Amino acid sequence: MAITREEVQHVAMLFRMSLSEEEIAKFQQQLSQIIDYFQILQELDTEGVPPTSNPLPLQNVMRDDEPRPSFPTDDILANAPRSERGFFRVRAVLE
Amino acid sequence: MELYSLSIHEAADLLARREVSSRQLTEAVLDRIRQVEDRVKAYVTVTEELALKQAEEADKRIAAGNAAPLTGVPAAIKDVICTKGVPTTCGSRMLKNFLPPYQAHVTERLLDAGLVMVGKANMDEYAMGSSTENSAFYPTRNPWDLERVPGGSSGGSAAAVAADECIYALGSDTGGSIRQPASLCGVVGFKPTYGRISRFGLVAFASSLDQIGPLTKDVTDCALVMNVIAGHDRRDSTSAPLEVPDYTQSLIPDLKGIRIGVPQEYFVEGMDDQVRASIEAAVNKMEELGAEVDWQVSLPSTGYALACYYIIAPSEAMANLARYDGVKYGYSNMRGDSMWRNLELTRQHGFGEEVKRRIMLGTYALSAGYYDAYYLKALKVRTLIRREFDAAFEKCDALVTAVAPTPAFKIGEKTADPLQMYLSDVCTIPVNIAGLPAISVPCGLADASPEPGRGGLPVGVHIMAKPFDEPTILRVAYAYEQATEWHKARPKL
Repeated sequence: MAITREEVQHVAMLFRMSLSEEEIAKFQQQLSQIIDYFQILQELDTEGVPPTSNPLPLQNVMRDDEPRPSFPTDDILANAPRSERGFFRVRAVLE
Repeated sequence: MELYSLSIHEAADLLARREVSSRQLTEAVLDRIRQVEDRVKAYVTVTEELALKQAEEADKRIAAGNAAPLTGVPAAIKDVICTKGVPTTCGSRMLKNFLPPYQAHVTERLLDAGLVMVGKANMDEYAMGSSTENSAFYPTRNPWDLERVPGGSSGGSAAAVAADECIYALGSDTGGSIRQPASLCGVVGFKPTYGRISRFGLVAFASSLDQIGPLTKDVTDCALVMNVIAGHDRRDSTSAPLEVPDYTQSLIPDLKGIRIGVPQEYFVEGMDDQVRASIEAAVNKMEELGAEVDWQVSLPSTGYALACYYIIAPSEAMANLARYDGVKYGYSNMRGDSMWRNLELTRQHGFGEEVKRRIMLGTYALSAGYYDAYYLKALKVRTLIRREFDAAFEKCDALVTAVAPTPAFKIGEKTADPLQMYLSDVCTIPVNIAGLPAISVPCGLADASPEPGRGGLPVGVHIMAKPFDEPTILRVAYAYEQATEWHKARPKL
């Protein structure tokens, strides 16, 4: 196996996502298989090759910083699971 | 001929001559949906009331003499594209009740052109998949054989066009998600150059790969939709500030002077014999139409594109999906004892299996210690793949390959083995990595079974060109289509 059970749990927690026992076992096996497959990239010599993060030759697209209307608060909060007095409501972050 | 089976250009002619109204056309399509949707399951939401209201407005516009080619023609929009006030679920439990507060750029453009939207099309969750089996709601079925998949992730859009449940549709393509379902359902599917169409309002999967495009009944319709949705938009900083040609000018029925290359590496191991034969016959037809064909083009890094993609796309997806926190919108699980625990549970229960698998892959590839070996390496391989295409396009105007290595596979056939499912996009993925435009056009019907009269399973031919050379693709596609009958074949539903 390319990755361990602990690594699966560690990676899930890096994303702040919990997984069931069944998912951990399944993903350990499947991700190992897929990550093994990724090793074929090591066959290619990429010495001195620059990385491409975007296919367009665009750089630093700028616009004037002009004030303009944004969405009304009520429209945005309409999709919120919980809101109160114009704010998103979450559980206490600080104990 | 039934009204629902019309193409855009046929419908537009009848509407312009006032032989039918948009209301009649829309009712015919809605009736067709009632007739076949139980079996096909192409839609997440059917917007009957909205469609009839929009048809009425379109009829007024036509009467006033200011109709555009798409005015009053019923369409399906993939459920990954935001439609203000109409649920946009992304095929996910996470967004099941999400009502976008704004329109996507493409939706706005279509509304300006007189859109009649009959529904939001089903898809693999967050556009991750090749079969539409990853929809959180139900799988869509292939109208040619209801036991088979329509492809994915725009499987609902492709099936809706093939089953005449709309006149045209929009989809999105990150690794083949327009072209592969178009191929499997026997319709035209076009993925334009990265940057050609604004992604504003397209729910993000992999931002350097995603592109919106049309699924239509023929190439003429494809050009008509492109004329409306292509062009720069300042709300997407990666949309290209370039002029948009009139794509209907590319609909030329001969290929004199066009140089076509056939890259050998795309005849992959495991390719279906009937698919291979259909592609070879299509290239021969293009030669007859005047094209010069080079059968020996080589793109040596092709075999590395799939691994490259399954590092880059999940890495970008992981960053994009980090916004789903159960606080601002979407599914929220509040059974935890803290804010962090709620976040973890929201993601565990809001996302489906394939989405979680890709989040895990992306998070792994970007994590400390693995970034250079996986993510950075993949970005360098991306450069090599793009360079090989650039070199090939010095000698060729278009490259022609298969879209998918096999015709539509059975529902459930590949769900247990993610890597096998990923391999169904092996021919389409390099195009997204390089940011190129490419189309799928019907080019054959493979035998599904020895049983006669089943009508077979569609096969699509894949035509690619250099960035922003959509006109050459449309020309090759149109000339080929006009010289053949494949686009006229329809499933028996």
